Amino acid sequence: MIHVQNLVKTFGSFTAVNDVSFNVAEGEIFAFLGPNGAGKTTTIKMLTTLLQPTSGSIRLDGLDPLKQQNEVRKRFGIVFQDPSLDGDLTANENMEIHGVLYHVPHKVRKQRTEELLKLFELWERRNEQVKKFSGGMKRRLEIARGFLHTPRILFLDEPTLGLDPQSRNQLWSHVKSVNERERVTVMLTTHYMDEADRVAHRIGVIDHGKLVAQGTPREIKDSTGTETLEDAFLKLTGSTIRDESAGSADQMRQFAKMWQQNRR
Amino acid sequence: MSAIYILWLRELKRYTRSRAQIVASLGQPLLYLLALGFGLGPVFKKAGAGNYLQFLAPGVIGMSVLFSSIFSGLGLLWDRQFGFLKETLVAPVSRMQIMAGKTMGGATVAVIQGTLVLVICLIAGFRPAHWELLPLAFVFMVMIALLFAALGMAIGSGLQDMQGFQLIMNFLVMPIYFLSGALFPLAGLGVVMRYVTKADPLAYGIDGMRNVFGSPLAAFDPRLDFLVLAVLGCLLMIFGAYRFSKIEA
Repeated sequence: MIHVQNLVKTFGSFTAVNDVSFNVAEGEIFAFLGPNGAGKTTTIKMLTTLLQPTSGSIRLDGLDPLKQQNEVRKRFGIVFQDPSLDGDLTANENMEIHGVLYHVPHKVRKQRTEELLKLFELWERRNEQVKKFSGGMKRRLEIARGFLHTPRILFLDEPTLGLDPQSRNQLWSHVKSVNERERVTVMLTTHYMDEADRVAHRIGVIDHGKLVAQGTPREIKDSTGTETLEDAFLKLTGSTIRDESAGSADQMRQFAKMWQQNRR
Repeated sequence: MSAIYILWLRELKRYTRSRAQIVASLGQPLLYLLALGFGLGPVFKKAGAGNYLQFLAPGVIGMSVLFSSIFSGLGLLWDRQFGFLKETLVAPVSRMQIMAGKTMGGATVAVIQGTLVLVICLIAGFRPAHWELLPLAFVFMVMIALLFAALGMAIGSGLQDMQGFQLIMNFLVMPIYFLSGALFPLAGLGVVMRYVTKADPLAYGIDGMRNVFGSPLAAFDPRLDFLVLAVLGCLLMIFGAYRFSKIEA
């Protein structure tokens, strides 16, 4: 379903993704693990048509994201690492915009919106502005939105960041059930190794832009001779802490947070 | 088509929901209208140029349309920071449609804002000489709004942070406003000012409104005003769409 061959992305002299190749079969859950700044998000951005690769090839469902952008975009749903909701609109309106942008017919849209909002326990608050939601509720809404247009592939970029164990559990059980019921292919990234161990069929570990290991959780643990995936991960990627430079976007977000607090 | 509509509607909803912002954005034109209108009025009269308020009103309306429309385009920066931009960029909709929806939404909001200021001007004592030409004044408002919303989009597409926003504000938006002849007549200026003001697209929008309202001291032929706005508006929309299509998140 996802086919990546010798993918490279450079920003100036910095190589964010360096010769990465992997395949994800249809109906598979693939976890993409790596320390901060390893190149996970950059890879996902290239897969989802947001960035142009420097070289290498990508096929999603046999289509080229560079040449058949809209066809590819119809086939995947994505939950971004950072929020992508419109806070001034209500939960319902956010779903509506998404449905219209993805050409979901009006009737189906209404019905699925109700189903999904009920499933993620947001139905009672559907007519409230999203900016009044808690972090967990926003996250749930984004995930519900990602499912609205019944994608063939679902990208989840650290979807459980900042969620409590209850919401995390609920999220993964739902992802698993959709994966089994609708045979949606899932590619996810996370920093919680136990989640990856539990949910993923296969795992790829990326570090400094290079794919350092690939296989089932069992295979990865066996090949490194470790008991848990966390140990295996540390063995593969070392224990030095990575610093990510804060871009202007992060600074702005911080500013925006302060601003919103002051207004309350 | 429905994508354009839903994004247009989004801009409108966001506008009507921020009441504080609506009031705040009326403050500045109001200040210009009252402080300058009544403050400089006597001097203007003494110079033999007629009623300053009648002259100033189209300028203040043009100002509010300019600010509102260019900010809506620059609002792309907020969409980028709060992440909503990405949601639209990965959707199976052409960038052209996204750009069209946002530009038209921003322009609609700007025209509403301009209409509010027109009403305030009428309350303050502004009296158009030709009421029957009022629809034409709206045509000019719409053209100013579309032109600057597109310009805002073109700039907003490349804007990454707040500092850039300040830069645009001080070195583009304010000069466009002050050099448009919104506050002073364009006739009888020195050589440099004459050329600078002629290069300012807003000058033609405000002049067009002066022409149709029958305000004193209009500088150009209304047909020229219309032509410049139409041609430049189209060019900026193409440029804006091009810049928007190049965004990488």
